[in-house]
Amino acid sequence: MQDVAAKLISIRPLAQGYSVLTLEAPAIAAEASPGQFVHVRIPTLEASRLRRPFSIYDADPATGRLFVLYKVVGLGTRHLAALLEGTALQVLGPIGTPFPLTPEGTPYLVGGGYGVAPLWFLATRLPRKGILFVGGRTAADILETERFREAGWEVRIATQDGSLGTQGLVTAPLDVALNEGQKAELYACGPDGMLRAVGERAIRHGIKGWLSLDKHMVCGVGACLACVQRVRTSEGERLARVCVDGPIFEAREIVW
Amino acid sequence: MAQMAVNLGGIAMKNPVTVASGTFGYGQEYAQLFDLARLGAVTVKGIRACAWPGNPLPRHTEVPGGMINAIGLQGPGVEAFVRDDMPFLAERNVPTIVNIWGTSAEEYAEVAARLDGVPGVSGLELNVSCPNVKEGGASFGTRLDTFTDVVRRVRAATRLPILPKLAPNVPDVRPFVQAAQDAGADAISLINTLPAMAVDIETRRPILANRVGGLSGAGIHPIALKHVWEAAQVATVPILAMGGIFSAKDALDFILVGATAVAVGTATFVDPLAPIRVLEGMERWLDDHGIADVNDFRGTLRLE
Repeated sequence: MQDVAAKLISIRPLAQGYSVLTLEAPAIAAEASPGQFVHVRIPTLEASRLRRPFSIYDADPATGRLFVLYKVVGLGTRHLAALLEGTALQVLGPIGTPFPLTPEGTPYLVGGGYGVAPLWFLATRLPRKGILFVGGRTAADILETERFREAGWEVRIATQDGSLGTQGLVTAPLDVALNEGQKAELYACGPDGMLRAVGERAIRHGIKGWLSLDKHMVCGVGACLACVQRVRTSEGERLARVCVDGPIFEAREIVW
Repeated sequence: MAQMAVNLGGIAMKNPVTVASGTFGYGQEYAQLFDLARLGAVTVKGIRACAWPGNPLPRHTEVPGGMINAIGLQGPGVEAFVRDDMPFLAERNVPTIVNIWGTSAEEYAEVAARLDGVPGVSGLELNVSCPNVKEGGASFGTRLDTFTDVVRRVRAATRLPILPKLAPNVPDVRPFVQAAQDAGADAISLINTLPAMAVDIETRRPILANRVGGLSGAGIHPIALKHVWEAAQVATVPILAMGGIFSAKDALDFILVGATAVAVGTATFVDPLAPIRVLEGMERWLDDHGIADVNDFRGTLRLE
C-alpha cells in the first residue's frame, strides 16, 4: 500500500453515468490483485473532503496504468467525472484482501452494475475461463460484456426491465447454471441484496462463494472502524474491517 | 532549524504534533505509511476495561466542513490492548498516550491502574466527552461534579501523566480546566467532537444508526480555537489542542493562543501523511519567521 500522485490519462465514457478512468500509477499497478481497491482524493473537492474508495477495474504492470470503472452517484463522482486529463490525484492503494485465484471448478462471476469492475480484473487473472452473470436495472447498466466475450468468457445477462437478456434478477440465470450441476466457484460484486442471494446459493450448493462488500469508508486503512461487518470466525463472531480484513469475504463468514 | 521539543505535563515530546484519539487506531495501520517515531506522540483509540462492540452502521456521514461519526468506541478492552497492541507501540520510539473511558468513575480508575507501568505508555487521556456512548462519555464531561470525581479517582490510581479531554458543548470550559487542575491533572486536552446530526429528507430517517454523532473536521477549527484560547486564560498546566487541523497554520493558531501541543485528527483520513505535513509546515514557518523555539511562540497572541 502506497499513497502516490497518479496522473489522469483519460476518462472513457461507457453508458449513462458510467465511465472508465485511466491513471498512471506504476507502483500500485505493479502490486494490485483482483478484488483490491484504491482510495482516491478528488482534487477539485474542498480540501477537507474524505477520499472515495473504488474497486480496481484493471491494472497493467507493463505500462504502469491503473483503471477504475465508476458510476456518477454523488458529489465525489460528479467531480471525478469533470477532471481534466493530466490532473494529478492522490491515490492510496492497493488496499484489501484479494479474491483467491484457485477456483475448484468453473468460475462463475456474478456482477451488478459497476460491480462488474473487479470481476473483469479477476477474469484476466484466473487460471481458467467460465461464465459471467451480469445484472442491472436496464440495458444501460450492463457494462463491458464484449470484453469478457472476446476473452473467451460466456456472458449471461438479466435486466429488471427486460431490455437486455432475460427479465428479472441476475440470480435467475445463475440458478439455471447451478442446477445443471457442474462444479463451480462463485465470485460476486454488487449491492448487498445481490451478494446475500449469491452467498445463500454458494452455501446451498456446497461451493465457495467469494463476495466483494461495498461499504462507505473513511480512512481506508483499517484505523477508523467506520466500515465494519459482523463475521464468523473459528473463535466466534467478530467485527471485521471491510477495508483491510475484506473487502472479499467467503459467503459462510458473513453474518447478514 | 527551530527547536520543536515540548513537555506536555510530563510527557516529553520531540515535537508538538500527535494524532487525535480514534483517528489513528493503535498505530499499526499508519506505520505502513510513515515512521511513527516522527510524531511527538501517538494517541490511540479509546480503551475501557472490557471489549466493546461500538454502534451499528452507518457510523459516519460526510457533511460540509467535515464528518459526523458515531463509531461508539469499539475496542478490544484493556487486557487485549496491553497484550496485542502495546508491544508494537512500545518498540516505536515514540511516547504513547492511551485514551481511556468507562461507564463509571471506578472503571476509569481501574483502566488507569492497569496501564500504570505498562512499557511504552507515557500518559492517559481521559475521554469524558465522547458524544457516542449512552453511559459514560459526555455525561462525565459536561457536569463538574462527575468530571471532578473521575479525574480525582484516576489521579489516585496512577502515576502516569493524565489529561482529561474536555467537552466543547459546555457554556464555558474554564471551570472544567480549573477543576481538572485542582483534581491533579497534568495537562488537559480539548476539544472532543461536537454533538451533531444529519437526516435524509427522502427516507425521513436519521443518517446515522445512532441517530446523533460527533462533528469533526475543518469546520470545527474556529470553535476549538475559541475554547483553547479561553482554557489557556486559566490553565496552569499544558494544553493539547485539537479540532479541524488540516494545515500547519491551523496548528500554529492553537500554539499562538496558548496550546503546548496539537493533535491532527480527521485530516489523517483525507491525507494519511497529514500529521507529518503539518509538522514540517510548522518547522518551516518558524524558521521563516526566525523563531528559534516553538515554545517561544506559545501564547503570544496580541490583544492590544
